[in-house]
Amino acid sequence: MNASAGNSLIEARGVIRILPGIVPVTLVHDIDLTIGNNEFVAITGPSGSGKSSLLYLLGLLDMPTAGEVLIRGRATTDMEEDERAMTRLATLGFVFQFHFLLPEFTALENVMLPMRALGALPPVAMRERAAMLLESFGLTDHIGKRPDQMSGGQRQRVAVARSLANDPPVVLADEPTGSLDSQSSEQVFRILRDLVEVRSKSVVAVTHDLDLAARMDRRMQLIDGGIVDGAQMAGASRAAPV
Amino acid sequence: MSLTVDIALTHVRSRARQTLVAVAGVATGVGFSIMMASLMVGSQNDFMRQLIDALPHIAVSDEQREPQRQPAELAFGAVRIYGLTPERRREGIKNPMAIMAALSAWVPGAIAPSTKTQAILRYAGRDFAASVTGIDPHRERYVSALPTQMRQGTLASLFTAGNAIILGDRLAEKMGARIGSNITVQTGEGAHIGAQVVGLFHSGVRQVDESTAYVLVKTAQILAQQTGLINELRVRVRDPLAARDIAQRIERETGYKSIAWQEAHEDLLSSFVVRNVVMYTVVGAILLVASFGTYNIISTITHEKARDIAILKSLGLNERTVRRIFVLEALIIGLAGALAGFLLGYLLCVALGTIEINNPFMDANRLPLVYDPLHYAIAGLVALVSSFAAGYAPARKAARVHPVDIIRGAT
Ligand SMILES: Nc1ncnc2c1ncn2[C@@H]1O[C@H](COP(=O)(O)OP(=O)(O)O)[C@@H](O)[C@H]1O
Ligand SMILES: [Mg+2]
Repeated sequence: MNASAGNSLIEARGVIRILPGIVPVTLVHDIDLTIGNNEFVAITGPSGSGKSSLLYLLGLLDMPTAGEVLIRGRATTDMEEDERAMTRLATLGFVFQFHFLLPEFTALENVMLPMRALGALPPVAMRERAAMLLESFGLTDHIGKRPDQMSGGQRQRVAVARSLANDPPVVLADEPTGSLDSQSSEQVFRILRDLVEVRSKSVVAVTHDLDLAARMDRRMQLIDGGIVDGAQMAGASRAAPV
Repeated sequence: MSLTVDIALTHVRSRARQTLVAVAGVATGVGFSIMMASLMVGSQNDFMRQLIDALPHIAVSDEQREPQRQPAELAFGAVRIYGLTPERRREGIKNPMAIMAALSAWVPGAIAPSTKTQAILRYAGRDFAASVTGIDPHRERYVSALPTQMRQGTLASLFTAGNAIILGDRLAEKMGARIGSNITVQTGEGAHIGAQVVGLFHSGVRQVDESTAYVLVKTAQILAQQTGLINELRVRVRDPLAARDIAQRIERETGYKSIAWQEAHEDLLSSFVVRNVVMYTVVGAILLVASFGTYNIISTITHEKARDIAILKSLGLNERTVRRIFVLEALIIGLAGALAGFLLGYLLCVALGTIEINNPFMDANRLPLVYDPLHYAIAGLVALVSSFAAGYAPARKAARVHPVDIIRGAT
């Protein structure tokens, strides 16, 4: 949390998200964090601790009830919906726990979706880039397949390829290996690590696998919607003020 | 192909059966609307054509619309006289030739004089009332369809005998008269002449065919016992729809009552308005019902595709784009339905056109149908507009969804 605002990609300041309702639910609270360039960050925590919720907020899929999420130093809560969508398209790649590919489209078409939505490349270049991304993840033979014709690991790799479609500087991944066997899981993890080491991107990945988390640069632990300080991570879990 | 079109087509294609049902709904609506419009307008045109042909476009008669103003009315503003029995005037249009000459200077069309009388035709000891009209065969053919309605003989046959007469075919049949029969014609004015039947005509309007006869003007003048009598000028204008305006001008200029065919058939024409209101209401209802099918499939797709919508929005597609996808799907169904409906409508018309009908009141034994591109355009447009309306509501609702609400639920 000491990175200067100048080179921070994502910054959260006092972010709170409360789901309104008869009994309001606090998803996350008092989140202060900074994701800088070329970082590999793990978010860990027990099930239901708010990891996904936090990632949605950082990925601009959700809006904080209070506080502010800044992308490259720019506040996002007062953006128009269109501008927020554009920021998401160009700056943030998102990988969901479930692949969330469009079922009627092939792997190639799924990877092309964000490019077509952004419309920055000519169609031929989009096709080439999508094919190149899929090839680099060992999916050369599956380019023309639809999601239901692929295995879970293959789908998740397509999802990672899709998150990189518009070459965003940061990728947010929500338990990308959660539903995979250990071999596929290792494959996807290596791809994410290469994004940081080879392509110089930042990756924020939610995982409940502490071994994987240990192999990342930085770890944050969430308990009951609050971040536990690194120093206390070893054991102490303090009751979160809800 | 743009992303929206691509996704829309994919959604529609992957639900072939549902899409087909919706398209069939729109197509049925469009097809039957076209058929109905074709039939309604066709029969209306057919009827109008008969009306326009049966009577002169404009009939200038020797009557005036209002009784002559009396001296007391002219002298005192407060005087009004009702139920006046007018003085008996000499019948007929004064100076008919001069009036005809003046009118032919500006009236776009042809004018012919005629002399109308009521007479009793006697043949084989039986009497039949008929309206006997004196015509000028040279001019008549420019103002009425009579020459084309001749079944036997021609108008010129009127010149072949001393007192020649042309009868309506039903009248001749009732009387038992044939070409060459000699009949007696009597009028209330006391005329009593023998005439030879030289022709038969069939106008298709039963009442006319049963009770009308034509003679030469001079014969009619003898029947009316008044030499030089012309009591009606018949005008046929080039554009029947302009008849009303022309009639008004003739009336202004000549002072004689001149009635355009529209005025003569006012009651029938106003019943067309009612007919058209009924037609458009029914057509509108058909297309409305068809659009329910479209609404149904679009809202089904938006429900089934809630997750895809969340994915698209989470990728960064904005509300407008997502809305456009589903509106486009509705329009694709509307367009496909309209095109299929055009074909269906055309085929229905062709099929109806082959049906033979024997109707004693009509001559045509086929249904009168018109093939008007306008009907296709209107039905197609209404189909597209109602598809748009049917798709817009669910599309808007779908586009407003917050992706996290769905993604949270899925996790
Ligand atoms: N739609 C919802 N309504 C009420 N509570 C919810 C809803 N979604 C999530 N929660 C609650 O919010 C908390 C955080 O959820 P989540 O961020 O998915 O946790 P994690 O990803 O760490 O498992 C959980 O306790 C969960 O029960
Ligand atoms: Mg989660």
